[in-house]
Amino acid sequence: MPNANQDIIVLDGVTKRFPGVLANDAVSLTIRSGEVHVLLGENGAGKSTLIDMLSGVQQPDDGHIFVDGKPTAITSPRHALALGVGTVFQHTMLVPSLTVAENLLLGAPWWQRPRKAELRVRAAAIGNNLGITPNLEALTSSLSLGQQQQVEILRALLRNSRVLILDESTSMLTPQGIEELGALVRKLAGQGLAIVFITHKLKEAVAFGDRVSVLKLGRKVGEIDAGQLRSRSETTIISDIVELMFGKRSDDPEGAVQRSHSPEKTANALLEVRDLYVPATPGNHGLESVSFSIGQGEVLGLAGIDGNGQKQLAEALAGQLPAVAGSIRLGPAQITGLSVGRRRAAGLRYLTDDRLGEGIVGDFPVAINLFLKEVGAPPLWRHGIEQRSAIEARAGELIRQYDVRTPSPRTPAGRLSGGNIQKLILARELAFGAKLIIFNKPTHGLDLANTLAARQWIKDIAAGGMGVLLISTDLEELLALSDRIAVMSRGRIAGIVDNSGAARMAVGRLMTGLAA
Amino acid sequence: MMVPRLLLTIGPIIAALIIAGAVLAVAGVNPLSYYAYVLQRGLLSPGGVQQTLTRMAPLLCIAAGLIIAFRAGIWNLGTDGQFLLGAVAAAASGPLLAEMMPVGLALFLCFVLSTLVAALWSLLPALLRAYQGVNEIITTLMMTFLGTSLANVLVKLVFLDPATTVPQTRTLPVEDRLPRLFDTTVTSGLILGLIAIIAVHLMMTRTAFGLRLRIVGASPRAALHAGLGVPALTVAVFALSAGLAGLAGAVDILGVYGNVRTDWDPAYGMAVIPVVFLARMNGFAAIAFVFLFSILSIGGESAARRLGVPQNFTLVFVAIVLIVLALAEYYTKRISQSREP
Repeated sequence: MPNANQDIIVLDGVTKRFPGVLANDAVSLTIRSGEVHVLLGENGAGKSTLIDMLSGVQQPDDGHIFVDGKPTAITSPRHALALGVGTVFQHTMLVPSLTVAENLLLGAPWWQRPRKAELRVRAAAIGNNLGITPNLEALTSSLSLGQQQQVEILRALLRNSRVLILDESTSMLTPQGIEELGALVRKLAGQGLAIVFITHKLKEAVAFGDRVSVLKLGRKVGEIDAGQLRSRSETTIISDIVELMFGKRSDDPEGAVQRSHSPEKTANALLEVRDLYVPATPGNHGLESVSFSIGQGEVLGLAGIDGNGQKQLAEALAGQLPAVAGSIRLGPAQITGLSVGRRRAAGLRYLTDDRLGEGIVGDFPVAINLFLKEVGAPPLWRHGIEQRSAIEARAGELIRQYDVRTPSPRTPAGRLSGGNIQKLILARELAFGAKLIIFNKPTHGLDLANTLAARQWIKDIAAGGMGVLLISTDLEELLALSDRIAVMSRGRIAGIVDNSGAARMAVGRLMTGLAA
Repeated sequence: MMVPRLLLTIGPIIAALIIAGAVLAVAGVNPLSYYAYVLQRGLLSPGGVQQTLTRMAPLLCIAAGLIIAFRAGIWNLGTDGQFLLGAVAAAASGPLLAEMMPVGLALFLCFVLSTLVAALWSLLPALLRAYQGVNEIITTLMMTFLGTSLANVLVKLVFLDPATTVPQTRTLPVEDRLPRLFDTTVTSGLILGLIAIIAVHLMMTRTAFGLRLRIVGASPRAALHAGLGVPALTVAVFALSAGLAGLAGAVDILGVYGNVRTDWDPAYGMAVIPVVFLARMNGFAAIAFVFLFSILSIGGESAARRLGVPQNFTLVFVAIVLIVLALAEYYTKRISQSREP
């Protein structure tokens, strides 16, 4: 066992750039044995990139990583494991069709016979202390998510890890599972392991952590050490962290004037959703009694950590995902049981966040993609026959009107840039009788110019009297555009707040699992 | 710079001719005399070219069915079973109907019946794929084994012609079969096959229905997002694809054989699959490649008798073409990618 609180890994001014994004900007932090180091931050704060660099998946562009005091380049995941850095990812990395023992034996040299007897002894030796005693012969798919995580932790320990990275391990667990994991993490730290614990939930951070680092937009904006954590009250610490995570920066280039909430807009509800229920699937939240309304000309922002049911809500509204219970009313019409096409005809439009995967067919021409949801409708199709010249002429008009930069209407849509694909989809969804538009992460992956343009459309659409549901993980965007902001957490609406001066902190608290 | 499509198709064929020639040479056959013989018997002799054109009829129908399925992203590998059941349906009903009504109407009803029987045979894999997501490659292949056996059972036990000693169905008299074209032995089924494949080509490229199928094939998730009824379209694709395979069976029986003998299975479907890939699922290119394939198989059948090269060598050749084609495509893609900035 290493001595307590000895530095194992030190990051010194580590920087990682991706095209158009500064994922990590001169981040420095220290990972010590016997200490639980919590990394906090919103989506896009740079946590995943940091983990990737620690686990050898990415290399820093600048700065140094010291392992045991020596500057070390962690060149591959294999190298990371050899250095004693084990990672448990958010989504389980076990093979569901193999038994627990087989999963634990994976990665051994291929020419050796699996050493099951040895595994049994070692697993018992390590696991008994910690209370991890999985049935080694059980099929992995028969375990609960919490048990699978324990197996992954056990696997990391079997590989003699000194540093254990837990990447959003609590996001899919039940409250009971979170408690158990927390206790396990404390025990591991007690045995001298260094733990890096990534989470969105402040309560977990304060309850399980010895040290908390807060990341925001790639930068480390604050650190709270063990002394502070112990000496100050939980409430003051939490309010400090909320301030660090969500407090307004003065130099935000995208910062826009906050919309003032106008209550008369909500008086006449355009979209009324009541008690929508969608069952959860393995690894995905469902929806649980989701209710809200959107007025004419209103932008309802939907905040939340990615993967808390926002996409399920969008798909359930668009008709792609069947809702088991609940009702949806658009204007005067009940659209609850209608097909995707009928809902579109009724005026409900969904701009998906998965623009390449489902928004367009990349191999098909721009012109066809512009009418992908109107295939067969006159006048572009007559008696089911494609009217090529009419299609290209109409496509040309839309391309000019929405400024889609494409060499020709016949160019495969997949060759366009992300911003132009977004414009193509916008042109398609705003056509003919749109009343309510669902934007799912409309600016995700766009450069600054296209981001600002997309935000302008949303303002214009709302000004034109349509309703907007704006799903985003970018709090600045929601604050700049929304009239009200709803927060989703674990498939439920945790709360809806008016976008006034206090909204930033209220939404931040709801997102991190606190009451507004 | 893009390598022209035509070169990318012709080049591999020439390369395959050379490789297949080497295989022949190793087997102790002079490749030049083999190719010359195949060409002579399959294309250049009057009897040979007529046989070649006649062989094209069922192959074109099957190719049409495969084009629909493959473009919609559905791998119907069960065409052989569908073909045989269509053939048995035509052979069983043809002689009966021809006695009851005008020949033209009887033949038409046979076509309809064969198409329906084959379409029905594809219903199980279609429903499993559409509503349960069961991989159709497995189910259609399994159904083809069952279909082939069922066709045999029907011939041996149900539609057996009591007048003959060999187990076979009643024979449709030559005068009641599909008319021959002009003064040749070429069946008018060829016209039917050409119509089928051109109609399919136009349907896939020019109609809303064809576009919907292509959207499902290119991106099932985009299809779902766009609100297409993917399960219903899937069932329709299976029905059309299998129906055309059944039609091919009827064309072969009503135009050429007149009956189905027990254990008869020409396995056209498996042979046509690579041909459709060579044609990149384009209807017009498929006509050209089916023609080429027919020359090779008719010529190859003669060469098998004369030069002792097994008849399946045609399939060896087609396989070599496909492998060379895949390699050529892989390398041109890599070259064009490395040139991009």
